[in-house]
Amino acid sequence: MEHIRTTKVEQVKLLDRFSTSNKSLTGTLYLTATHLLFIDSHQKETWILHHHIASVEKLALTTSGCPLVIQCKNFRIVHFIVPRERDCHDIYNSLLQLSKQAKYEDLYAFSYNPKQNDSERLQGWQLIDLAEEYKRMGVPNSHWELSDANREYKICETYPRELYVPWTASKPIIVGSSKFRSKGRFPVLSYYHQDKKAAICRCSQPLSGFSARCVEDEHLLQAISKANPVNRYMYVVDTRPKLNAMANRAAGKGYENEDNYSSIRFQFVGIENIHVMRSSLQKLLEVNGTKGLSVNDFYSGLESSGWLRHIKAVMDAAIFLAKAIMVENASVLVHCSDGWDRTSQVCSLGSLLLDSYYRTIKGFMVLIDKDWISFGHKFSERCGHLDGDPKEVSPVFTQFLECVWHLTEQFPQAFEFNEAFLLQIHEHIHSCQFGNFLGNCQKEREELKLKEKTYSLWPFLLEDQKKYLNPLYSSKSHRFIVLEPNTVSFNFKFWRNMYHQFDRTLHPRQSVFNIIMNMNEQNKQLEKDIKDLESKIKQRKNKQTDDILTKELLHSVHPESPTLKTSLCFKEQTLLPVNDSLRTIEGSSPADNRYSDYAEEFSKSEPAVVSLEYGVARMTC
Amino acid sequence: MEFAELIKTPRVDNVVLHRPFYPAVEGTLCLTGHHLILSSRQDNTEELWLLHSNIDAIDKRFVGSLGTIIIKCKDFRIIQLDIPGMEECLNIASSIEALSTLDSITLMYPFFYRPMFEVIEDGWHSFLPEQEFELYSSASGEWRLSYVNKEFAVCPSYPPTVIVPKSIDDEALRKVATFRHGGRFPVLSYYHQKNGMVIMRSGQPLTGTNGRRCKEDEKLINATLRVGKRGYIIDTRSLNVAQQARAKGGGFEQEAHYPQWRRIHKSIERYHILQESLIKLVEACNDQTHNMDRWLSKLEASNWLTHIKEILTTACLAAQCIDREGASVLIHGTEGTDSTLQVTSLAQIILEPRSRTIRGFEALIEREWLQAGHPFQQRCAQSAYCNTKQKWEAPVFLLFLDCVWQILRQFPCSFEFNENFLIMLFEHAYASQFGTFLGNSESERCKLKLQQKTMSLWSWVNQPSELSKYTNPLFEANNLVIWPSVAPQSLPLWEGIFLRWNRSSKYLDEAYEEMVNIIEYNKELQAKVNILRRQLAELETEDGMQESP
Repeated sequence: MEHIRTTKVEQVKLLDRFSTSNKSLTGTLYLTATHLLFIDSHQKETWILHHHIASVEKLALTTSGCPLVIQCKNFRIVHFIVPRERDCHDIYNSLLQLSKQAKYEDLYAFSYNPKQNDSERLQGWQLIDLAEEYKRMGVPNSHWELSDANREYKICETYPRELYVPWTASKPIIVGSSKFRSKGRFPVLSYYHQDKKAAICRCSQPLSGFSARCVEDEHLLQAISKANPVNRYMYVVDTRPKLNAMANRAAGKGYENEDNYSSIRFQFVGIENIHVMRSSLQKLLEVNGTKGLSVNDFYSGLESSGWLRHIKAVMDAAIFLAKAIMVENASVLVHCSDGWDRTSQVCSLGSLLLDSYYRTIKGFMVLIDKDWISFGHKFSERCGHLDGDPKEVSPVFTQFLECVWHLTEQFPQAFEFNEAFLLQIHEHIHSCQFGNFLGNCQKEREELKLKEKTYSLWPFLLEDQKKYLNPLYSSKSHRFIVLEPNTVSFNFKFWRNMYHQFDRTLHPRQSVFNIIMNMNEQNKQLEKDIKDLESKIKQRKNKQTDDILTKELLHSVHPESPTLKTSLCFKEQTLLPVNDSLRTIEGSSPADNRYSDYAEEFSKSEPAVVSLEYGVARMTC
Repeated sequence: MEFAELIKTPRVDNVVLHRPFYPAVEGTLCLTGHHLILSSRQDNTEELWLLHSNIDAIDKRFVGSLGTIIIKCKDFRIIQLDIPGMEECLNIASSIEALSTLDSITLMYPFFYRPMFEVIEDGWHSFLPEQEFELYSSASGEWRLSYVNKEFAVCPSYPPTVIVPKSIDDEALRKVATFRHGGRFPVLSYYHQKNGMVIMRSGQPLTGTNGRRCKEDEKLINATLRVGKRGYIIDTRSLNVAQQARAKGGGFEQEAHYPQWRRIHKSIERYHILQESLIKLVEACNDQTHNMDRWLSKLEASNWLTHIKEILTTACLAAQCIDREGASVLIHGTEGTDSTLQVTSLAQIILEPRSRTIRGFEALIEREWLQAGHPFQQRCAQSAYCNTKQKWEAPVFLLFLDCVWQILRQFPCSFEFNENFLIMLFEHAYASQFGTFLGNSESERCKLKLQQKTMSLWSWVNQPSELSKYTNPLFEANNLVIWPSVAPQSLPLWEGIFLRWNRSSKYLDEAYEEMVNIIEYNKELQAKVNILRRQLAELETEDGMQESP
């Protein structure tokens, strides 16, 4: 590895991020081709994947050494002190190189080898089949059909090959409309509600400028509204703030003029753009990374970051969609500017509110594959997979996950998966360990031959699904049970488990969730044990009666037959230990010495063990 | 005085009741001496029974002859009554106003309440100081019970029985009492079995501007120190406030006179600052139209969570002195009846596993709040909707319950009780059919003859059928000290109290039930497995016997 000059530095200190008394751990830092590894004196390992590194900072030299601060995309922040400046400099330079790759081929996914053969890998990629998904929704049908217009990516490079459109939309209409839409992203089906016969469609903004029209585009929208046999009007939802949309008109883009389109109802929902979201998250992280943060600074920071306001805006837009379909039976067309950020958020979240399938583990994967991956959310740019334009990076997908988390908080029984599942997905959109999120659209992914050269994340998550199951999930609910979240502001809370994932001192010391999850597992095992025991008892009883019978027979006929004497061999089944291993009661193990942070009065340093072992399991999924 | 005089209109028909989460109900409104009752006289609708003492404030307005009374309760609920007829409405409103602000304690409902349940254990005798002391005395010969305050003469706000160092006689206690605010001489609050360290509490020393000292006081608190050990004095006021107190005759322990003690000043707010904080918080929570920025800034401006953080931090500090530094602690503020008790009782929650059980928590409230002389009657006279601001009203106890809830959230398996238990205590502290929270001190309770004339809350709560509602199904005794995180990210708003009437908790309740089901099912399965295994073992031995010749 040409970037690695120093592979091992000893006597490195890892500072506790929130300790006001500057607690630290001493250990050895290793630099590998894929990870930065810190092993402390208690042999605890902290693994940091190079791709997770968002920024590396070398601070001014201090008496104890050279501070190196690493911020990760999964919100881990580590603060090392390297004794020699020279070593620090080497590591700093290496990490700068290693964390920003210039070529896709240098990303971890292309070297990651989970020891699977080609057919297993291929099967993994086939786990999710979007054609199946559209079939499940009930398309094609008499109103919607599969269009082959984009089969060769000729009409729109950032769309998938297979698109569903109203059957009345002929190819010339599609071609005409695509020319009138940003990046050729013409209106297509995103979700079809079988019960209401209404659809969620998506596209990019029209190139309307101040007055331009396009007959084909108008036809296509009419075709969409006509594809709904119940309600003839449809909503066109522009997810941008009105001001932004108006500004776009000057650049020859803009939004639909209600006068030109028959039977549409136009609506702005005011979600801010990727740049606003990026700086909002930055502010949020700045605030909650402060040592000794006061309650007032926390809330005023939360407010001024605007983060929860943005989350609420996305949620409100999704609710608008769900209501249009459920209450008014109306189809909805959603767009923003290019139709791959806010549009993906709103369409996917809207579908999730409407269809309980997307609230299952498999269904959620399908949803991400459909509305995010296949419709060209630019994962590589938004997550900064390669050394590219930092202005393209934005936490759009993270916001989507956060909205889902808020829903799981309000509806604890509606989701098959748990918070860990959301966190794990978030981990992997940045890890570049699997091929799913590499590239910015399907065409690019095909060119990268991801299905041949990398693995899909989904089968690995499914294999591990025990970890991601919500023990309170009630699966009995009907498919079309709509979630109607309460969006009064007080329902939106700071997602500590995401933004402080690795700051264990901030978390509850006992997790009700884990206990219930384990108990649920244990119950399944106990049920099995009961069955086993019952059948053994039955066997025993039968055998006893048999024995009595045979004994009588034997005594009369063959008094000395040894063969019947072989007793069945029972193996004593060991039960799961119930109360010892499942519930780990934590109090104040000397390791978690929160107590030294209550007052400056006792600022003598104590050997602290910051538990960072979480990361290992995560990265070697 | 007869209640009938206050009830101008005892009954009105065709009244429409609006309340959170229920459809509007039309029915007959009745006023009794202690209750407001609305009954639709239909089988399937629940009746409303509201204690007048639970009413914090009322508003009335008229549209034509239809009057509307908005009743704001001390538990933060808001209900609305539409009453046809202006006169009826005015009568009802003024009756409610009069009945909900009775100034004589003996007219309160607890004096009229006749329990409909059989008292198995009289709660008035459940937590006697002598019994509590026995729990300590076995481990230590350094403490004794003193009856110096038997007639409430030495300290009106202390109970008749207190625990003091063995080496200090009653005569010295009398002298110390003259040197401490309200006569509240230092007494034992908590004894840490693990290392024999203690928490004591008192009122501020009356040093005044000329630095008065009291040898007996110094001797008393020094008597609690081991040889060569230092102790900590935690003053719950900022240094500035403590210095100002000297001008009014109060003050703090001077280093020169207490060389073995290190003083730490913390800043816990009191009185109207807390009451205003509560008013602002409830106002913010009740307004559903706030946009995100406004909600967050209102939440911040209420300062409620700042108070929570400050109280918890101070309690953690006290617990840290005891458990980590191996040093005894004396805690006081000004009177020693508010922030002092918040800190001593929370420190015990952190340090003492017993105080995290139902029984132990009840004992803690009895010992550290009721007998320690927290003036419940004054502090809980009004809640978040009061207009007449009195200096003595403050949600000190609610803040304590909120802090307990915060720790409970961080250690959800370490408490025998659940959130509902805390909510229940909050409700009864403000309005109750039981006598437990009446009065401001033991001496007042004695004079009121509460033990004879009213029922204790504990008599009711400790019935098995009631207890089951308050039991945490996840509880597993945890003998460790539990250190909560006090970072703002770890201290959320207590939704169960503050958003209780502002949003439906249907899905959360259902999920809780499901959780309970899983736990119950687990117990059932385990019991069944055990029976089956025994059965199988028996069959096997039988077989063995048959098979052996």
